[in-house]
Amino acid sequence: MITVHGVSKRFGDYVALDDVSLEVPDGSLTALLGPSGSGKSTLLRIIGGLEAPDAGRVEIHGEDATGLPPQRRGIGFVFQHYAAFKHMTVYDNVAFGLTVRKRPKQEIRERVEELLGIVGLAGYARRYPNQLSGGQRQRMALARALAVEPRLLLLDEPFGALDAKVRAELREWLRRLHEEVHVTTLLVTHDQEEAMSIADRIAVMDKARIEQVGSPRELYDRPASPFVMGFLGPVARLGRQLVRPHDITIGSEAVDGALEAMVSRVIHLGFEVRVELMLTSGEAVSAQVTRTEADELELRRGDIVWLRSAGGTALTAS
Amino acid sequence: MALSRTARLSLRALALAYLFVLVMVPLGLILYRTFEHGLADFWASITTPAAISAVQLSLLIVAIVVPVNVAFGLVTALALARGRFPGRGLLQAVVDLPFAVSPVIVGVSLILLWGVNGWFGGIARAGFQIIFSLPGMVLATIFVTLPFVVREVEPVLHEVGEEQEQAAATLGARRWQTFWRITLPSIRWGLAYGVVLTVARALGEFGALMVVSGSVPGESQTLTLLVHARYIDDHNVYGAYTASTVLMALALVALLLMTMLNRKREEA
Repeated sequence: MITVHGVSKRFGDYVALDDVSLEVPDGSLTALLGPSGSGKSTLLRIIGGLEAPDAGRVEIHGEDATGLPPQRRGIGFVFQHYAAFKHMTVYDNVAFGLTVRKRPKQEIRERVEELLGIVGLAGYARRYPNQLSGGQRQRMALARALAVEPRLLLLDEPFGALDAKVRAELREWLRRLHEEVHVTTLLVTHDQEEAMSIADRIAVMDKARIEQVGSPRELYDRPASPFVMGFLGPVARLGRQLVRPHDITIGSEAVDGALEAMVSRVIHLGFEVRVELMLTSGEAVSAQVTRTEADELELRRGDIVWLRSAGGTALTAS
Repeated sequence: MALSRTARLSLRALALAYLFVLVMVPLGLILYRTFEHGLADFWASITTPAAISAVQLSLLIVAIVVPVNVAFGLVTALALARGRFPGRGLLQAVVDLPFAVSPVIVGVSLILLWGVNGWFGGIARAGFQIIFSLPGMVLATIFVTLPFVVREVEPVLHEVGEEQEQAAATLGARRWQTFWRITLPSIRWGLAYGVVLTVARALGEFGALMVVSGSVPGESQTLTLLVHARYIDDHNVYGAYTASTVLMALALVALLLMTMLNRKREEA
């Protein structure tokens, strides 16, 4: 278990973290999710010992680690831009942590070969980082971090510098790797889809604070604030209510609590249909319905309909 | 800018002519004067006891100055590139000072400091001579060559960034391990380039040494001082040419190394 108690950090006048507390359970894959500037990377770097907090404590497995240098935290750290040792081969990169610990050569060779196999770089030991693609470099960086058998793996936007296709592949691969290796992992990302697809827990951050912590499902279904709701998925505003577009029921007759709206556009997206509407207040709303529902209602541009929330997730707008 | 073919060619011709008249002709003349009486005379002129001593002294100064400047240069470059401390801006300016100050002034100031009547004159009065002796010449050369290593290494440190060093720390490397295994290899070409510049400058230094050395043949006379003494004091013009040629040959080796390293550095 990694515990962060009341950590604060300023850079000059800029408040990066404001009294942040967090628990990361053993064996979990937790994502720190938030927009840029929300403090998520700073929190990760403080846990890794690369920054010192102005106030607060960091405990790693029950031991106070606040003053420990990164060397003695038992961590693996993966950087957004790989931080590959450019003058070393892939083999020497992965072996680095073991080499500086003066482990026997034979042991190092076995461990490095095993890891290169796990990350799918078995034939690349003699290459240099500049002879690898971005995705391969990041897998090398992961192997390098895993070589020292860290108690905690810290990933700072690990896929942020990669193109969309490679990013999706590596995401899937990291999820599987985590199921095999089971090392407690903390991942920083600004991409909600990435967080939802690989993490079992998500801490949503905004403006130097943690807004909410929970499973992806909990956060999506029961967001604690309009910010969390908006960050994790699309939001439509029905009067004073915030709802998901797929939780809007469109009716052709007026019922209690329903809002009158005019259809301004119907967009067919295959199975789903997005209906863009204009409320009598002049506000635009986007609703998502299935094709069957849209066909039954025979929605056309200019139709007058009544909208209400179908239950599900709803918050009152501030 | 699009230039016509004629304009381009005449610009090129102009540049070459300029270089020829200002650089190639004077240097070529020295070479011509050196070898016009044959190799035997040349050899005799550069193997006099004073000449051999001058070459040895020049190389000795280089051998002392380079390690000192490498150590100082690395520490300073690391402090400037990685550190955040009060007085950083001042340090930046002070490092460049030797570029701005004329070497003659350096020489005079060293005498003011270390001479018999200077602030640290006690050391000289106690019998350990600094001015008019090797220590003074080393101090003067260190002063004029001080910026080279710093100025070559610091930008490389900025460019390489801190992430590799941080990654090494998270992998368990101690500070000195990180320095030897990560920092030093990634700045090696910049450092080597700084060393070569230091060597070239140290070999060629004249003004400061003129003031602090006393230029005693066979004792405190470097190659540059030998050239000057033979030409002005001894009216041995031929001897000045031959000594110049030796100096140029040493500088040429430094220049070739510099070109090679520059290529390496651009590849890295």
